Amino acid sequence: MVITQILFWILSVWVIFSALMLITSKNPIYSVLWLISTFFAISGHYIMLNAQFLAIVNIIVYAGAIMVLFLFVIMLMNMNTESEPQKHKWLKMAGTVAGGCLLLVIVAALRDLDIKKQPVLVNEGGIGLIKNLGKELFTTYVVPFEISSILFLSAMVGAVVIGKKE
Amino acid sequence: MPVNYYILLSLALFSIGIVGVLTRRNAIIIFMCIELMLNAVNLLLVAFSKMHHLKAMAANAATTTGTDGQLFVFFIMVVAAAEVSVGLAIIVMMYRNVHSVDVNFLNRLKN
Repeated sequence: MVITQILFWILSVWVIFSALMLITSKNPIYSVLWLISTFFAISGHYIMLNAQFLAIVNIIVYAGAIMVLFLFVIMLMNMNTESEPQKHKWLKMAGTVAGGCLLLVIVAALRDLDIKKQPVLVNEGGIGLIKNLGKELFTTYVVPFEISSILFLSAMVGAVVIGKKE
Repeated sequence: MPVNYYILLSLALFSIGIVGVLTRRNAIIIFMCIELMLNAVNLLLVAFSKMHHLKAMAANAATTTGTDGQLFVFFIMVVAAAEVSVGLAIIVMMYRNVHSVDVNFLNRLKN
């Protein structure tokens, strides 16, 4: 077994375990912490695929900024575990079965995929480096980049307007 | 690594996100499950980008095929950040009005 394969399995188990803990833990703070753990594992996958820019952005933006926002909102609300509403047992089971059925159907549909055996370039290749991505972002994708800045401005104004006390 | 493994991993993550949305009533946790689903898609996009890069490298070693996929991931992250700020503002607003983040309270909209 090559070292990249071992790393892939370790990271995959880490991702799935953290995601399962995220949806099963009762305390929302623990959920946020498990989600941060998931993001770190996904960043590990990006590093393994040599997408270093995305790995760093994932840690800084997701695990850093967005999750701090989540934690801040949860702590603002002072929720305790006892008062947390729980769905009925049968509803929970139905939701799990529905999600499992979706997984089953898509896996079955992809069984005869013709690109299934095609290898993914692991641990080499320069397209994920910041030089290549920056060149492409500021030439071909410069209009979407500017539009996304307008999106951010409108999101900021929207958040302030929604969160304002009247 | 065959691309099959990445597809299965992303599918598993996406399904876990869906199960979370269906089984929880806390609006914040539902929101986090949506982030989880976005990240599953991001992982799959990067894997496909590297797959196409390897295929194109056989013809030309200096090719940049597959950059688009990684830039899409970047834009998904940008949109997710904007979405989170507005969504959390809505959740704070909801908490201020009904003193709960239970999504079942939102059904008063239909009366």
